[in-house]
Amino acid sequence: MNNRPDHKRIVITGIGLAAPNASNLQDFRRKVLNGESGVGEIELRYVGRVPAGICTFDETRYRKKKENKRGTRAGCLGVYAAREALADAGLEAGGRYGLERTGVYIGLTEHGTVETENEIYAISQYNYNVDYWTHHHNPRTVLNNPAGEITMNLGVTGPHYSVGGACAAGNAALIQGAQMLLLDEVDLAIAGGISESTGSFGIFASFRAQGALAMHQDPGQACRPFDMERNGIVVAEGACVYILERLDRALARGARIYGEIAGHAMNSDARDFVHPYGPRQAECMALALRRAGLRPCDIDIISTHATGTKQGDIEECSAIAQVFRDCPDTYINNTKSIIGHAMGAAGVLELAGNLPSFADGMVHPTINCEDLDPGCALPNLVLDRPLEGKKIRTILNNSFGMVGINSVVIVRAFEG
Amino acid sequence: MTADEIKEVILEIIQDIDDEADLDSIAPDKPLRDQLELDSMDFLDIVMELRKRYKLQIPEADYPELATLDSCVRYLAPKLQGA
Repeated sequence: MNNRPDHKRIVITGIGLAAPNASNLQDFRRKVLNGESGVGEIELRYVGRVPAGICTFDETRYRKKKENKRGTRAGCLGVYAAREALADAGLEAGGRYGLERTGVYIGLTEHGTVETENEIYAISQYNYNVDYWTHHHNPRTVLNNPAGEITMNLGVTGPHYSVGGACAAGNAALIQGAQMLLLDEVDLAIAGGISESTGSFGIFASFRAQGALAMHQDPGQACRPFDMERNGIVVAEGACVYILERLDRALARGARIYGEIAGHAMNSDARDFVHPYGPRQAECMALALRRAGLRPCDIDIISTHATGTKQGDIEECSAIAQVFRDCPDTYINNTKSIIGHAMGAAGVLELAGNLPSFADGMVHPTINCEDLDPGCALPNLVLDRPLEGKKIRTILNNSFGMVGINSVVIVRAFEG
Repeated sequence: MTADEIKEVILEIIQDIDDEADLDSIAPDKPLRDQLELDSMDFLDIVMELRKRYKLQIPEADYPELATLDSCVRYLAPKLQGA
């Protein structure tokens, strides 16, 4: 299975998150197991009322209101999740690991959209006179902003940057963090994904123009992957940050280990701006499996990316069907059905929703799938109710995005 | 606008930037930045807010005139006459 020496093995030792239905892993796990939706409704400039996932968390637990006001929503979410993750790992920034040997890697679907829209709206009140354009615009919209806000809060002097990867960004940042540890660039990687996209009318309007914005009388039922009545994406905000360490160092400090990053892969469709492509997703899953030294049937949970669009869900299901043939003990679920699509945070939040399975032996359900689309009718889809009493050792986490980006992360329970 | 009203406006703007700022103990003849956690970006927020509220265009060369509450009053009083 694994012949790598301990210093070449990367483990997850802390998780911090803000999701539309929870602001810590324990509550998040309980709610995804119960299928308690975090999707509500917001009133958005120009767009009107739309379903969306909004996070409620203690925004001033780790920094002042003044700093939140100066920074971005993404920075606010990121600082909260990063500090929660460190605390969860039993670490302090600059404690066991040097501040200069700590790196911050944050996946973003987009950034600066919200700030730019807000600023254009603000100067519209002054006849578009750019003398009224804020001096905060550039530091708020540089692409490294959320990661940089985290380093300022923590005093981290090692590298920080964003990984732009559309809706595969969370997984991509997790992979980046693991790689930087393997390259010995850092000793501690703070890696994850953030979404502030609910603040942008343009993102909702663009999905609507594309015919891909979910609508439902009951917002909690708007996100319905695999269901015949699905009609698009529910945009959510959120953040999920992982603490990654090399196994030898984690063991030396007696860290609690959530799991080991056993394999990962990324590839590109190289064909379309928006439409996903199942065959390439299948190649991505197969590559991650090969790198992890696992066969398809060794996977216990497939955490799907499916967003609730007509074609996207079918593409992924066809890819899964192609790779996972005759795997009676491989279960499949979808976290977005419960929290919406948290964009840059999606992959990492969905992984976090599933990781506790190693400990509790349960598989959280997909909700809102009342009339299963035959095109999505995979065996072992976990619907409505959690599956209990399973020995879960491996999770394969899919995350795909626009302009043809695919990412897969496989996490294995740590068993020595 | 009276001197007290100008001071009140400046303090209100600072309060809006940082609601935890201790405004009661500010010495009017001492630099604001030495007494509060204000940096250059906060200072630009004050300039921007004055622009928004009173259409005041304060040239960069005049920024030092806004260093203390007293100097703010001296500099702004003629510009805010009738405001």
